Amino acid sequence: MTSTTAPAPARAIPPDDAAPPARRPRRKLTAYWLLLPGIAWLVVFFAVPMVYQGSTSLQTGSLEQGFKLTWHFATYWDALGEYKWHFVRSFSYAAIATVLCLAIGYPLAYTIAFKASKRWRNVILILVIAPFFTSFLIRTLAWKTILSDGGPVVGALNALHVLDLTGAVGLTSGDRVLATPLAVVCGLTYNFLPFMILPLYTSLERIDPRLHEAAGDLYARPFTTFRKVTFPISLPGVVAGTLLTFIPASGDYINAQLLGSPSEQMVGNGIQKQFLNVLDYPTAAALSFILMALILGMVTVYMRKAGTEELV
Amino acid sequence: MTDQLRDSAAGGDVRLTGIGKTYGAFTAVHPLDLTVPQGSFFALLGASGCGKTTTLRMIAGLEEPTSGTVVIGGQDVTALPPYRRPVNTVFQSYALFPHLDIFENVAFGLRRRGRKDVKKQVEDMLELVELGQFARRKPHQLSGGQQQRVAVARALINHPQVLLLDEPLGALDLKLRRQMQLELKRIQTEVGITFVHVTHDQEEAMTMADTIAVMNGGRVEQLGAPADLYENPASTFVANFLGQSNLITAQVTGAEGTDLLLSAGGVRLAVPKARCATGAKEIYLGVRPEKITIAHASAEVAGNRNRLGGTVVDSSFIGVSTQYVVRTDAGQEVAVFEQNMERDARIVPGAPVVLHWNPAHSFGMDAAQAIDAGTGEAAA
Repeated sequence: MTSTTAPAPARAIPPDDAAPPARRPRRKLTAYWLLLPGIAWLVVFFAVPMVYQGSTSLQTGSLEQGFKLTWHFATYWDALGEYKWHFVRSFSYAAIATVLCLAIGYPLAYTIAFKASKRWRNVILILVIAPFFTSFLIRTLAWKTILSDGGPVVGALNALHVLDLTGAVGLTSGDRVLATPLAVVCGLTYNFLPFMILPLYTSLERIDPRLHEAAGDLYARPFTTFRKVTFPISLPGVVAGTLLTFIPASGDYINAQLLGSPSEQMVGNGIQKQFLNVLDYPTAAALSFILMALILGMVTVYMRKAGTEELV
Repeated sequence: MTDQLRDSAAGGDVRLTGIGKTYGAFTAVHPLDLTVPQGSFFALLGASGCGKTTTLRMIAGLEEPTSGTVVIGGQDVTALPPYRRPVNTVFQSYALFPHLDIFENVAFGLRRRGRKDVKKQVEDMLELVELGQFARRKPHQLSGGQQQRVAVARALINHPQVLLLDEPLGALDLKLRRQMQLELKRIQTEVGITFVHVTHDQEEAMTMADTIAVMNGGRVEQLGAPADLYENPASTFVANFLGQSNLITAQVTGAEGTDLLLSAGGVRLAVPKARCATGAKEIYLGVRPEKITIAHASAEVAGNRNRLGGTVVDSSFIGVSTQYVVRTDAGQEVAVFEQNMERDARIVPGAPVVLHWNPAHSFGMDAAQAIDAGTGEAAA
């Protein structure tokens, strides 16, 4: 990640390369040819839709009379005003889910990387990925059953007075879990957990176990070793994992749709409604852009704070 | 700074008593007793898998011994975790913390123990290993030799009673390794701390250590000063692993004064009784290749020297010396290193020669052991 380790592209060919100089331009061109499919893919499926969506967000009109580009920036302001609580919910649910994913995922990734034998390591990794063999929708619907009113989970949580606690912070209300923020957060946490575990595992697995021995040899107790050596070195994995969890979670609408009530709706639900039900394309497009801009802003601040470019 | 280190080194004896390690059915280290006197440079020498690193790790506390005790400076540390032991380790390939700069790597141990005056101490230590200007670099920005010195500094700054070095020079190229050997020896002399050094390089062990323990198959084969081990090896393993030896099968026929008389294929040879620790009838007579003088068969040889007739099979000129392989009349091959001073033009392959040496330069050992132990071929 540091500039010192990345070789300049021009030096990809060693200076003492015996190849005749005439061949060099061709080799350079080859690289661009190889890039072409990727660039074309990006242009067709990312750049063009972005421009199209940007123009849509500034149009006015209706489906019957057709939309016209009128540079109507007020749509953004109106959308933000109407959906500001959706945004707040999106980001808070996603943030809570990300923290929970980290809290659940880090010990698991640590165990896989350092404690599990080689055979168990593969078994656990497969178990982490196994849910992907089923559709996202079905897995989320399964949570509807798990958290159903009067079900064993709710009963247990009630008996342990956990629901009193979550009720006090506004995550649940009464004896229900379904159709509360807690249900949505549970769904998000569950669905995005593998995206946290895998990057964490990759960065932990690369840590030389001798670093732990060295820290112990230099008077660090096991917990200090974790705090001063293991965790800082795994920070790139933490950053990657939190981004891979937070970004899709804040744009998600399935969990809020299936596990929440109308008062848990997230921005994704708003966009879906505007686009498919209200057929107000400009507002849907503007919401998408606002969501993207906010995520981009938050990620930038986060990356600055995390300072991962300092790490190898 | 160095005075400070000296003070802390008081009473840094390492005493291992019956210490052993088994992994399931495999015995890595047979119970062994070993005392490393305070202030010495002690080397554990052996081929890979001989148990030397396991022994070191048991002293460090990174490996739990199956039996026995580890006592450092009078304190039994067998049950203590590594972070409570008065030792520090220089790890193989260094294990520097990649996320910390050189200064913080060196300061790590001091900070963990909440020491004051970290800045001054670290700067002094970096000065000692001549890395002052690299304090703010990251480990990966340094060369192998510099990283090695950081590893030494990071351990030494804690004023351990014993510094443990696990093949610290293994990753360096030959020239740098020679340089670092002298450097480490200089630092050890300067700070006076007990060094326990694990290596598979016999030359490295002999250059640096005051005392060497040669290990083989989880046991200490022989313990002594480098010159003693070289001149008077106690087993064929030591004879072959430390330098090169000619081992000639011979029968003991009698004694004369301080010498044992031997017969090797009918030829009469002698070895000092003091240099033959075995009472066996059949022994190997050992002699180092550089102790043998090679002469043309027609040359005069004094009567009190051991002599063997033979034919030159091969000779290779390597600058300072010439190495000969001679097949003796009894059919055994003997290596001879001869300084290139007065070369006899007649000594070429096929020439009849006589080999002779001072009997005091021979050593004897029981022939009941494998003659090729420690040559590298035997290991396979």
